[in-house]
Amino acid sequence: MRQVNRKLGYEGRRNLVGWCFIALAVFLIALFYIYPVFNSLALSMTSGKGVVTKFVGFNNIIRLFKDSVFKEALKNTFIYFIFQVPIMLTFAMFIAVLLNSKNLKFRGIFRTAIFLPCVTSLVAYSILFRSIFSADGIVNVLLMDLHIIKQPIAWLIDPFFAKVTVILAITWRWTGYNMIFYLSGLQNIDPSIYEAAKIDGASKFRQFTAITVPLLKPIILFTSIMSTIGTLQLFDEVVNLTGGGASSPTLTATMTLSQYIYDLSFKYVPNFGYAATVSYVIVIIIAILGFIQFKVGGNKNENV
Amino acid sequence: MKTFKSTLKYLFLIIASLVSIFPFVWMIIGATNSATDITKGKLSFGGELMNNITRLFEMADIPRAFFNSLKIALITTVLLLLISSAAGYAFEIYRSKARERIYNLLLLTMMIPFAALMIPLYKMFAMNGLSNTHSAIILPTIATAYIIFFFRQTTKAFPKDLMQAARVDGLNEFQIFFYIFIPTMKSSYAAAGIIAFMTSWNNFLWPLIILQSNEQKTMTLVLSSLSSAYFPEFGSIMVAIIIATLPTILVFFLLQRYFVEGMMGSIK
Repeated sequence: MRQVNRKLGYEGRRNLVGWCFIALAVFLIALFYIYPVFNSLALSMTSGKGVVTKFVGFNNIIRLFKDSVFKEALKNTFIYFIFQVPIMLTFAMFIAVLLNSKNLKFRGIFRTAIFLPCVTSLVAYSILFRSIFSADGIVNVLLMDLHIIKQPIAWLIDPFFAKVTVILAITWRWTGYNMIFYLSGLQNIDPSIYEAAKIDGASKFRQFTAITVPLLKPIILFTSIMSTIGTLQLFDEVVNLTGGGASSPTLTATMTLSQYIYDLSFKYVPNFGYAATVSYVIVIIIAILGFIQFKVGGNKNENV
Repeated sequence: MKTFKSTLKYLFLIIASLVSIFPFVWMIIGATNSATDITKGKLSFGGELMNNITRLFEMADIPRAFFNSLKIALITTVLLLLISSAAGYAFEIYRSKARERIYNLLLLTMMIPFAALMIPLYKMFAMNGLSNTHSAIILPTIATAYIIFFFRQTTKAFPKDLMQAARVDGLNEFQIFFYIFIPTMKSSYAAAGIIAFMTSWNNFLWPLIILQSNEQKTMTLVLSSLSSAYFPEFGSIMVAIIIATLPTILVFFLLQRYFVEGMMGSIK
């Protein structure tokens, strides 16, 4: 070792140490992320049942266009994404602004309560929601007692309301999480900026759109990218909330792309090649949406 | 006008808090009620707690599942912290063009959906005889771009003169990491550790794919299979959910500061 040290010199030695520190992590990520993602791409050109596969080129892509379950899953995934992410982020921002207001009492209690859903596992809260939204369950009982509805709503079975339930559930789980990001961003804004705006006669709403939103842009961008990736990968919730035995008619009404990939690979007679093709649809959607969000929200002149 | 606005503000926050807490209350009340009462929306405590507990332990091997989850989560957390913090630290301290390029590539892996990885991963582990083992769950999760990124960010706050002083004292680079960096950055390790533990404890899809036998199953898998019955035994399931959620709730209340820090680490 000593001899190596002398030969390499100080810089070379540091360089070698640097490689030693990162080697294991880089190896593991290459093996478990980078290799599989390319392997999936190769698999997507094959088809067959189980281990007997043959090369089919782009046939799987053609099959996608004829596959009604795929179209349904794609549509559902988009519905979750288009409705759920904006609703949740708006709520999160609104609550964060309220919690950040001066002289608010019980701030800590409100913050802890609203953040609490984050500690639950996706499986656990999905099952909780399944019992809360069951046919004669507490939500229907309350809504009927308040005379908001006359008939109980089939929250878990009706194709429309099943989607609503999934969206409500995800919003419950993740609003507090995003709220914490916004709150810490808000706390970093210098209050004197608002003071100056107030002197200039800017309304509360104007202050929000002209000061808060531009200053929080990096955080808004980050949360929307993370939420997008999360929503497009939705699996645990739909399986445990609406995909269980008692509500099988809803299966395709709430089915997401991830669930369809799982079913194709591990539930039916496995067709890994076609499942890999479907998985690449998610890869491509995430790449496109991530790119758009960066273009819309990112600004090179700004220091993040 | 001012008091009206302020009342609205409090009203909104109170409703949001109640909605957030309600499922937890529901879970605790549910544990004392029968399945029928739960699906009928009974909102008061019942006398079924002992029955629910007994039935739950008859239906599934809860201690075993709990121990499996705990074992996997603890091993994952220790290895992940060690391997990924070393990498994050080195990317920041020992900079070079080549490593910077690798780092940017690693960050991109955060965007890869798990759905695009699971089939090749499954084939990889099945071919090597590791299907239905806990190693198959631990191995792919002990190096993640998120934690590497987290530790690179926190290393920026590590006082560099400590390193110089240690070098003068004759410590080599590896000793500096183990004896100076790790003890100094304890709170960052706590924050990342909580996130690592939670992620592993709550993991569902990958264990669902790779674990087949009941002896190997984790808490989330047991929860899911209990609830997939045609008439789920919700009373017992509520008890199971409490058991499965207790560790993370405890961690949250005992270490709230680190908890939030770990989640926020990525945007500092």
